[in-house]
Amino acid sequence: MLEVQDLRSAYGRIEVLKGISLDVRSGEIVALVGSNGAGKTTLLRTLSGVQPMTGGEIRFEGRRIDRLPPHRRVGLGITQSPEGRQVFGPLTVEDNLRLGAYHRRDRDIDQDRDRIFAMFPVLAEKRHLLAGGLSGGQQQMLAIGRALMGRPKLLLLDEPSLGLSPLLVDQILDAIVSLKKDGITVLLVEQNASAALAIADRGYVLETGKVAYSGAGAALLADPQVKAAYLGIA
Amino acid sequence: MAEFLQFLISGLTVGAVYALVALGFTLIYNASGVVNFAQGEFVMLGGMVTVFASAAGLPLPLAALVAIAAAVAIGLMLHRFAIEPARGASAVTLIIITIGASILLRGVAAIVFDKQFHKLPAFTGDTPVDVLGAAVQPQSFWVLGGTAVVVLGLYVFLEHTLLGKAVLATAANRLAARLVGINTTTIMALAFGGSAAIGAIAGILVTPITLTSYDVGTLLALKGFAAAMLGGMGNPVGAVVGGLLLGLLEAFGAGYLSSTYKDAFAFLVILIVLFAAPQGLFGRRVVERV
Repeated sequence: MLEVQDLRSAYGRIEVLKGISLDVRSGEIVALVGSNGAGKTTLLRTLSGVQPMTGGEIRFEGRRIDRLPPHRRVGLGITQSPEGRQVFGPLTVEDNLRLGAYHRRDRDIDQDRDRIFAMFPVLAEKRHLLAGGLSGGQQQMLAIGRALMGRPKLLLLDEPSLGLSPLLVDQILDAIVSLKKDGITVLLVEQNASAALAIADRGYVLETGKVAYSGAGAALLADPQVKAAYLGIA
Repeated sequence: MAEFLQFLISGLTVGAVYALVALGFTLIYNASGVVNFAQGEFVMLGGMVTVFASAAGLPLPLAALVAIAAAVAIGLMLHRFAIEPARGASAVTLIIITIGASILLRGVAAIVFDKQFHKLPAFTGDTPVDVLGAAVQPQSFWVLGGTAVVVLGLYVFLEHTLLGKAVLATAANRLAARLVGINTTTIMALAFGGSAAIGAIAGILVTPITLTSYDVGTLLALKGFAAAMLGGMGNPVGAVVGGLLLGLLEAFGAGYLSSTYKDAFAFLVILIVLFAAPQGLFGRRVVERV
C-alpha cells in the first residue's frame, strides 16, 4: 500500500532522513521505533507532505505521491495524528472533528462523528467545549478521532501514548488494534517501543535517519540486540 | 450634553473606519502571521476607484462594486506575487514586503489617478440630523451601519461556515490545518481578498466625510494598526473594540483638549500598549497543557 524508497529529508544542511526504505501492506499495523532524534516524526511529516524531502520516492497504492501537496494526500486517504496532539485549541471538540473531515463531501460525516464518540465517550461529553481546555489524554483522543474523520486508508500515528497514564495508554492501544479490524492500515511511531511492537505485525527500528533493523513485531521484541538498545531490557 | 454627544458620534464614526482597517489586519495576521501594512491602500483604492468610476459615468452603487472588485484583485495579486513567493521568510521580511507594496500602490495611484483630493456625494444627502441636540451627518449612519453589517457578516462566516472554521483552524495551528487537508495557501489568498474588500468598503463609506487622495492609506494603516494592537493583535472582537476606542479617544481628545494633537493619540496608544500590556485588551492568553 505504501512504498518508501531511499527517502531523504533535511532541516537546512542537517540531513535527518538518510535514505529510508520501508513498506506498509494493506491491513497491517507497522510500528516505527527508535530513540529520540532518529527521524521518526520527520518521516511521518514527510509522508504527509508537510516536511520537504530532498530525495527518494513515496508511492501510495502504486502511485507516486511525493510531489502532491498535503491536502491532496489527505484526499487520497492518508491522514495523521501528529506528535504533540496539535488540536485546534480555540475551536470546540465537535468543530475539531468536523475539520478532520474537511475534504469530504459525503453525507456520512455525522455518522462517523458518532462512531468516534462511541469509541471515546469522554469526547461526546465535552463536544461543545474548547479543545484547548481538554486534558492531555483527551486531546490525544481528539487528535486520533480527527485523523479518523478523514476516513483514512492509511493512518499515521505519531506518539499517541506520549505523556499519558498507563491506563490511558492501554485504552489508546486497544483503539488502534480495533482500527485494524475496521480495515484501516496503521503506521505507528512510538517511544514506548515494547508496547508498539507488541501490537504491530511488523516493525522498523530507526537509528539516526536510517533503518537499523526490521522484521515481524514479535521477532524484534525477541531480538537481543534490539532489546538491549531500544527496549531497555538487558 | 449636546457637545458630548457630538464628539461621541463623530468618534464612533471615525472609530468604525479604524475598526474595519484593524479587522483587515486581523484577518490577514490570523491566516498568515503577516502584518500587512498595505492595508491602508485598500481603503484608498475603495475611495479613489469609486470616485473615478462614478466620474466616468457609472452610478454610485456600481462604481462602489467596481472599487471593491479592484481592491480584491489587487489584494489577491499582492498575495500571489509578493507574499506567496516569499513563503517561509521571516516575519520582518514579510512586513517589509508589505511596506514596499504599500509604497508601490501609492505611487501607481498617484500616476493612474492624480494627487488631488476627491469627494464623493453623501449617499443620502447632506442635511444634518438632530440627535438630542447634536447635528449628525447622515453619512455617519451609513458608516456605522455598514461597519455593523461587515462585522456581522464576518462573524457569521467565521463561526458558522466550514470555510470560516478552516480559517480559524489555520490561525490556531497551521501544521494541523495542513494535516487535516486544508489548503492553507487558498486560505491565505482568501484572507488577502477578504481584507481588501473590507478595506475598500471602509474607504467607500468614509470618503463622503473625510475626502480621499492617493496617500490617505498611510495614516489609516497606522491608526488601524494601533487599534488592532490596542484590542489585541489577532482578535476580531479586539479589533472592533480597539478601533471604536481609538476613534472616541481622538474625538474627545480633539474636542476637549486640542485638535492639533488629534493624530498623536494613535501613536500614544501604540506606545502605552507596547509598554504596559503588549497582548492588548483582548489578547490571546495562550493556554497549553502538556
